[in-house]
Amino acid sequence: MNGSAIAMMLFGLVFLWGGFGLCVNIANKKSTQKFTD
Amino acid sequence: MEEKREQWMSRSGFILAAVGSAIGLGNIWRFPYQAYSDGGGAFLIPYFFALITAGIPLLILEFSLGHKFRGSAPLTFSKLGKFEWFGWWQTAVAFVIATYYSVIVAWAMAYTAFAIPQTWGPKPGDFLGTYLGLSDPSKWYAGGFGGLQWKVVVPLILVWAIVYFVLSRGVKGGIEKANKIFMPALFILIIIMAIRGITLPGAADGLNALFTPDWSRITDASVWVDAYGQIFFSLSIAFAIMITYASYLPKKSDINNNAFITAFANSGFSLLAGIAVFSTIGFMANQQGIPIDQVAKGGIGLAFTVFPEILNRMPMGQIIGVLFFISLVFAGLSSLISIVEAFSAAVSDKFNVPRKKAVNWAVGVAALVSLLFATGSGLFLLDTVDHFINNYGIAFAGLFEAIFLGWVLRQTKQIRTYNNELSDFKIGAWWDVFLIVITPVVLGYMGIQNLIHEFSKPYSGYPSSLLAVGWVIVVGVVVVGFILQAMKSINPEFAVRQKKEDVA
Repeated sequence: MNGSAIAMMLFGLVFLWGGFGLCVNIANKKSTQKFTD
Repeated sequence: MEEKREQWMSRSGFILAAVGSAIGLGNIWRFPYQAYSDGGGAFLIPYFFALITAGIPLLILEFSLGHKFRGSAPLTFSKLGKFEWFGWWQTAVAFVIATYYSVIVAWAMAYTAFAIPQTWGPKPGDFLGTYLGLSDPSKWYAGGFGGLQWKVVVPLILVWAIVYFVLSRGVKGGIEKANKIFMPALFILIIIMAIRGITLPGAADGLNALFTPDWSRITDASVWVDAYGQIFFSLSIAFAIMITYASYLPKKSDINNNAFITAFANSGFSLLAGIAVFSTIGFMANQQGIPIDQVAKGGIGLAFTVFPEILNRMPMGQIIGVLFFISLVFAGLSSLISIVEAFSAAVSDKFNVPRKKAVNWAVGVAALVSLLFATGSGLFLLDTVDHFINNYGIAFAGLFEAIFLGWVLRQTKQIRTYNNELSDFKIGAWWDVFLIVITPVVLGYMGIQNLIHEFSKPYSGYPSSLLAVGWVIVVGVVVVGFILQAMKSINPEFAVRQKKEDVA
């Protein structure tokens, strides 16, 4: 794969799954109703 | 009789059900091709922009409406004023979609069985035509729409049996449990397929085609409209589902963070599906020594003709074939369950009937109508109805939802305050701006563009009699809304509004 394709793929994966992980983490830390309940 | 409204058992149960609704066939066969044809990796910029400025704001709006008014779409909009018809409009759109979506899931189910012996043979395109019993589109109505195709009807009955089994067991015991199986299984399947895909020769060419950014496309307005369309059609918004699902949330529930989690998971899945699909397409191009653009396709063509061709050549093609078509079945079923729940709950609310009775009617009527799409003309009918209901049913319902809430009822500030009191984190006035300005402008522009295109060139070159069916459905779902609003309800929650109207 070329460099720019790898960069865009990683950007997409980090943005979406990083965002997902961050929100789940907030849910587990802050909420009275945790994601993992 | 009045039943206490059911509730989700857990927060993760609600989120998995919402994600299950959002992740559908489009995530697997629409997003990758859309990204590839709209600038590759550069498409991610407008796509993420659309996600933040329209997808998540609309999802937050629908979650909060369902949670606040604790009802299906018609009941929710009835409580907002004289807009019950609008809720029925969205509900009727859901009904129409269920009737043909179920048939596509049935095809995927049949193809799962075909995958081991590779029944489609060396020419999957010809096989698809034979399997569907395709007739001549210009004579689509002849011979009872080309006659029932029993090879489609049998899996279709199985699809409806599963939907009935899940829905009749209720929110907790049916929908939540089913999604707790379907969703983790679907993510595991797509990860296995992505890993298999990237280990195939030629995979890098496919991934280069999908992700290499063509920055010149980012200034093209049509790419931005496509990105908004992709986000909008992917999140199950504007056709009554998310309002209904959120109405089962307990009173003390987060709204904002749940919407973010759902939206990120949905788009994250699309990206994984893109990696799985395009690495496999790269393999096919490599094997045949042809460029990617001669293999890359989207939609039904990708799933039922290109993929079987690839599977014929792939090592362990039988196993990957089963995994691919099962993932289509899981993605389709979890969405179909949510679509049927949207109109089943509306029937239950309006006519004050127990859930089970409403499910009997909803599944029974939708299953009967779906037989139309299991005929020799089924594919043409399906393609036409899908085109019209998406472009003019869902898109205009979304446009009017933003206009009603933002401009007519001016409810965004109250809803935002309501959400912020409940949620893990607060949303600011940006949410109002996105909803009041950006969403209506983009959806309005998209609608006008679609209309111009529609009248300048008949869709897919279909005969005008077939296209007329599409227009009748588009108008019909609105008319149905007004008819159902005019019918009196014995549900005390609807009755409150009716009593106010009678006094006035």
